[in-house]
Amino acid sequence: MSSTPASAIHVGHAEHHELGFVRTYIFSTDHKMIGRQFLFMALFMMAIGGAMAMLMRWELAFPETAVPFMHWVPEPYMYDGAIPPNTYNSMFTMHATIMIFFVVMPILVGCYGNFLIPLMIGARDMAFPVLNMLSFWVGAVAGLIMLASFFVPGGPAAAGWTSYAPLSAVPVYTGVDWGQNLWCISLIVLGVSSLMGSINYITTVINMRTKGMTFFRLPLVIWSLFITAILLLLALPVLTTALALLLFDRLGGTHFFLPAGGGEPLLWQHLFWFFGHPEVYIMILPAMGMASEIIATFSRKPIFGYRAMAYAMAAIAFLSWIVWGHHMFQSGMNPALGSGFMVTTMIIGVPSAIKTFNWLGTIYKGNIHYTAAMMNALAFVAMFVIGGLSGIFMACTPVDMFIHDTYFIVAHIHYVLFGGSLFAIFGAILYWFPKMFGRMMNETLGKIHFWITFIAFNCTFFPMHILGMNGHMRRIYNPLQYDFLKPIQPINVFISISAFVLGAAQFILLANIIWSLARGKKAEANPWRANTLEWTTPIRPGHGNWDGPLPVVHHGPYEYSSPLTTEDYLPQNVEITGKAAVAH
Amino acid sequence: MLEHFWLPEGISTFSPRIDFLFTLIFWITAVVWALVTIAMIVFMVKYRTRPGRKATYIEGNPRLEILWTTVTAVILIGLALLSRSTWANIKENGPPGDVFYKVTAKQFNWEITYPGPDGKLGTADDVTVENDFHVPVNKVVRFELTSKDVIHSFFVPWIRLKQDAVPGRQIHVWFEATKKGQYEIPCAELCGFGHSGMKGTLYVESEQDFQHWLKDKYSSK
Repeated sequence: MSSTPASAIHVGHAEHHELGFVRTYIFSTDHKMIGRQFLFMALFMMAIGGAMAMLMRWELAFPETAVPFMHWVPEPYMYDGAIPPNTYNSMFTMHATIMIFFVVMPILVGCYGNFLIPLMIGARDMAFPVLNMLSFWVGAVAGLIMLASFFVPGGPAAAGWTSYAPLSAVPVYTGVDWGQNLWCISLIVLGVSSLMGSINYITTVINMRTKGMTFFRLPLVIWSLFITAILLLLALPVLTTALALLLFDRLGGTHFFLPAGGGEPLLWQHLFWFFGHPEVYIMILPAMGMASEIIATFSRKPIFGYRAMAYAMAAIAFLSWIVWGHHMFQSGMNPALGSGFMVTTMIIGVPSAIKTFNWLGTIYKGNIHYTAAMMNALAFVAMFVIGGLSGIFMACTPVDMFIHDTYFIVAHIHYVLFGGSLFAIFGAILYWFPKMFGRMMNETLGKIHFWITFIAFNCTFFPMHILGMNGHMRRIYNPLQYDFLKPIQPINVFISISAFVLGAAQFILLANIIWSLARGKKAEANPWRANTLEWTTPIRPGHGNWDGPLPVVHHGPYEYSSPLTTEDYLPQNVEITGKAAVAH
Repeated sequence: MLEHFWLPEGISTFSPRIDFLFTLIFWITAVVWALVTIAMIVFMVKYRTRPGRKATYIEGNPRLEILWTTVTAVILIGLALLSRSTWANIKENGPPGDVFYKVTAKQFNWEITYPGPDGKLGTADDVTVENDFHVPVNKVVRFELTSKDVIHSFFVPWIRLKQDAVPGRQIHVWFEATKKGQYEIPCAELCGFGHSGMKGTLYVESEQDFQHWLKDKYSSK
């Protein structure tokens, strides 16, 4: 590694003026620029993943009819606008793959992990800035490989984002050849990117906290990103291993997952979910952290039970390693093992409940400011509650026997990943926009976007529980092929119309981002009157973050409405002299 | 439409037990959801910002933390223990069988193998039929489930039964249907481009009708 120790950067802090366009905007080693790069990459991918969701919803509401405006897509991908089954399978496969690996993870971990960790712990940059830059560019290559798979003969992967073998392991079973290979290769490459990022985050949080920033003075979002980085470091190699074995099966005839050659299909599922369940928490923990920041700031109140919140996240992270079998209750895995996984899965509900109660405790007796960011963060809590509670149904093995692989599951994951993670992401975009771009986002547009999204989201995903209770299988292309699903087809139509509204509402977000980037109100240094260190830099910090010496931390991050001051906030770097300084 | 807002009719001996657990969890989660949501809305309205208002500085309450941790843990672990015996009865042991079959999934059909006149599976007089699964009512049906190619999942919503069919494995499955009728058997696990539309039919018949159908089938072989 040739990276300059970040602490040396401030030696000539005019240095960033000398960097050219390429070093500033493209091959930047500045964690803030890398964070922005991840954000824009992910927003671009979100448009693609979202468009596929719209096509799927058309198909489910109006099966085997031509999708408007899609006549230009060549055969065999579409037939004069009508979607054939294999294209439909490709769409839900790529929708999930893109949303999980190229939208939610890059925004939560890539963008906000990068952007916030050094700023909030009082460091001038990441521990390994060059590695950080490579992490983005390797991730971008992975994204390009994934997008390239749309253009190979046979189309992109069509075995589901879970790619269960043998379906994924033998080309004739899906008719997809290089699409699935590129899917594997892309995710292996992305794993390398994630590894580089996670090592960087862990090192930075451990070694580069500024003076006074003890672990228990870290903002919860940093706790969440730190714990997430540990999960990433340990989980991604398991996925990489599984993907490599799958690729060998496809290209080299190795039969790791094929019983004809002595292989075991369930091995893939064990490896995949051993990665896959920590992955679920990788996608929710940072969202929990972000929501905690936003809720505390706009309640003007300390986080209720700060330590309980941090311990709960650590508990979730630990338990996330021993619950993977709950994805496999009906797989043929030893049913006695299923009972064990049922118990661990029920237990992981406990720390999630602790977090919810503490968020409620935080707004209790607060002084709640309803900014658009706060509304999104509160929606995160409300939707996460529903997603968490619906998880109890699946954890119960006999009930899971009925609802497994139905729309009940689809409803659950979207309440957690969209209602949870994505609402927290919307909140985070609004909340940290002034820090990232020096301008405020438009509050009115933000609130319009919030309300339409919130209502359309619930109209889209809540009725899916009812579909699931009727036994409506997921991943089917035409519900009308089944007599028992015909009576509930109106629900599918209702869901699709809601989904189109939900999709259209995202243009409001896009417009708000573009308009605010160009014309948004210029932000002051600490627009939300928040305590954490990122607001102590100039509003658009240069390379190295602080112009002068690094800030010194005197308190925890949530000293809002403290009796020690007349203001309703007390930034972490402000020292109160006398006996007041004893506090935290 | 409203009748579709709850579980479909259950027609197996274990469906009432599964529906009981579903209903129990439904009411627990509904009450918890209502309490949390009402508290949240009350707090959101009551503590909205107003001129001159200041938040109360509260850092937490260890007693409350212990209380809600314990209560949640007791409810959740209790649910797991309550579910355990139902699960064991359905997937681990179950009653001895009255009629026996072999079910083989393949892209994109269910092959149902009947034992033939000698009553034994795996002999030359076995009869294999695609997608038609005839069983007598009120008898314990046992079958070995496997797959020829990819993973499929045997699903009969009214029986509340779902079990993946895995190539290279013989998985024992049982159920006892309590009501005559015809029921669809969709495949519930993505199995390729023909996954949607892969379905068989379960015919639950009286003993006489079942024997009659078997005799017809065996003689026409």
